[in-house]
Amino acid sequence: MAAPWVSLRLVAPMWNGTRGIHRLGGAVVPEGNQKKERKMLQFLNNHFYDVEALRGYLLQREMSKVHLKNRSFTWLEEQHGPYSAGAFFILKQGGAVKFRDKEWIRPDKYGHSSPEFWNFREVPVEAVDASDCEINYEGLDNLLLLKELQSLSLQRCPHVDDWCLSRLYPLADSLQELSLAGCPRVSERGLACLHHLQNLRRLDISDLPAVSNPGLTQILVEEMLPNCQVVGVDWAEGLKLGPEEQPQDTASPVPA
Amino acid sequence: MIRRVLPHGLGRGLLTRRPGTRRGGFSLDWDGKVSEIKKKIKSILPGTPCDVLPDTSHLPPEHSDVVVVGGGVLGLSVAYWLKQLENRRGGMRVLVVERDHTYSQASTGLSVGGICQQFSLPENIQLSLFSASFLRNINEYLAVTNAPPLDLQFNPSGYLLLASEKDAAAMESNVKVQKQEGAKVCLMSPDQLRNKFPWINTEGVALASYGMENEGWFDPWCLLHGLRQKVGVFFCQGEVTRFVTSSQRMMTTDDEMVTLKSIHEVHVKMDHSLEYQPVECAIVINAAGAWSAQIAALAGIGKGPPGTLQGTKLPVEPRKRYVYVWHCPQGPGLETPLVADTSGAYFRREGLGSNYLGGRSPAEEEEPDPANLEVDHDFFQEKVWPHLALRVPAFETLKVQTAWAGYYDYNTFDQNGVVGPHPLVVNMYFATGFSGHGLQQAPGVGRAVAEMILEGSFQTIDLSPFLFNRFYLGEKTQENNIM
Repeated sequence: MAAPWVSLRLVAPMWNGTRGIHRLGGAVVPEGNQKKERKMLQFLNNHFYDVEALRGYLLQREMSKVHLKNRSFTWLEEQHGPYSAGAFFILKQGGAVKFRDKEWIRPDKYGHSSPEFWNFREVPVEAVDASDCEINYEGLDNLLLLKELQSLSLQRCPHVDDWCLSRLYPLADSLQELSLAGCPRVSERGLACLHHLQNLRRLDISDLPAVSNPGLTQILVEEMLPNCQVVGVDWAEGLKLGPEEQPQDTASPVPA
Repeated sequence: MIRRVLPHGLGRGLLTRRPGTRRGGFSLDWDGKVSEIKKKIKSILPGTPCDVLPDTSHLPPEHSDVVVVGGGVLGLSVAYWLKQLENRRGGMRVLVVERDHTYSQASTGLSVGGICQQFSLPENIQLSLFSASFLRNINEYLAVTNAPPLDLQFNPSGYLLLASEKDAAAMESNVKVQKQEGAKVCLMSPDQLRNKFPWINTEGVALASYGMENEGWFDPWCLLHGLRQKVGVFFCQGEVTRFVTSSQRMMTTDDEMVTLKSIHEVHVKMDHSLEYQPVECAIVINAAGAWSAQIAALAGIGKGPPGTLQGTKLPVEPRKRYVYVWHCPQGPGLETPLVADTSGAYFRREGLGSNYLGGRSPAEEEEPDPANLEVDHDFFQEKVWPHLALRVPAFETLKVQTAWAGYYDYNTFDQNGVVGPHPLVVNMYFATGFSGHGLQQAPGVGRAVAEMILEGSFQTIDLSPFLFNRFYLGEKTQENNIM
């Protein structure tokens, strides 16, 4: 959690362009100073091969860091069982896990966590909080080891996109709660794959910048998953209101 | 550290340059400078003014290592992989020749954009799986600094193929092959279908196969644009009108005389003029889609007594297919996959607003005339709508919004692609004839052709069943699941 973000920030201020590659269109609005830096960077890039090559190299390095984080831990399954292997992956990424009838296990600020979970061979993992983790499509291999997962939180994960959502169907029997709030790459096309998760009771799709029409998407997702409470967008937000009308504050929270 | 050095070093340097000196590359007013120079020369030289320093910027280069005929997704994919797999950076000059830069008739842009792994041939399944992983990681493959990341608009909703009683056994064995190759496909009975998709009418359906992952549809223009903007390849707008070949007579091991040809020049004719540029080249790639047969005929493929290798033509011809877009407010919901009915009709959702698009492949006798891309609306009324309405009762009240037509580069022999070199014209490689699934196999085929050219054989996916020889030997590599 803390560790990955710090390293990005060291590289970020000059190389706003490289961070831009990882974030989908316009999620972060550049202020005046950043805009000037970005223009200078683009000018340099277009006129000098060295700058272009350097930027390309730095971009490749960022991508290989993410790949390294998402390498496969399935080999741990034979020795320690699937639940411990999956939990190890999540804890290494900076997320938190909760085994059945146990407390939440979180890594401390140095990234270390207590080794007690290695003993929980037969205890299934009930809940995973992978907020702000850099999980991507390959990393889901490790997450899908946790067959009896009931609650999954993927809030603000920068690399979770529509392809990842199409991979969640093996958890359909057990998954009851899913949160995708703030994921910059998830769009309504990925949300369409969630219809496999028929046991889902609570779905959070607030603050998804890539969804083109949040109100309409909320309605369609509610139709798709009739037993699920879909939290996120106030559907009245998408409607055009007259000058006299005020938006009504309904039960679902309006995203900030 | 680097962060602090760069702005100081370069920033100050740029500010202190005097105006009028050349900055790296051409100075900004090149065209103005050229016209000034031309005026000066005209005033100095005596006699009638002739066109000095003619503008040749629209012409292709005079020499190129590889000429790719056709700038659609297959041609661009081959060019991309040639540049990726070459041993030295900048070691190969690749020229892509496209006749129509608006892509108005190109199959790529008019395509429905689907990708699925539900084929019967293992090679097709592997190509499709690789293409899915290419599209998934498209921003790593096609990253260009300074350009925004590509958004393919991929819908991972999957394909649902329905089979009647007589096709059920074939579908089961196909699904077995697909699972072996690693595709995530599952079989569904009519009851399971009704549970999952209540809007389907399962009358006449014995079995269904549903792709769970790596299947769906995407925006082909985005892929085309992404491949185009990846630098390193020369583009030229023009039409290939002639190949200049040289022949060699050689003896085979069975003591037969065989004439091997090699193309050493390609004549590229400009639009709306008689001007052409001869491009000297080493390798020609035929990725001309629906018009590949004409390009092959230019190289002399098929000119010989029928039944011989010289007389075997490239059996690819354009076939017109219609796609209709309709609106149906009570139609299937957001989870709708691309449904392919037992009758051959297919449809999928388009966007959030209850719009659907689909069509049907006509039977052999009803093939429309491929001379133009006019749409036949009666075809929808008589041949497509009844099947759709039968399968999805909600579609009885639909309203057609728009329609378009596009070409399949249809391989009349066995409806599968032609990949690899020609046995007699030694430096022409084919990447065409995919009969409607070219877009979804383009990344894999591009890589295979590039491997064939650079290494001499297929390295990752073995596409030997798709070589040209099979037309002469009569061995069909038939694909059973064609839409």
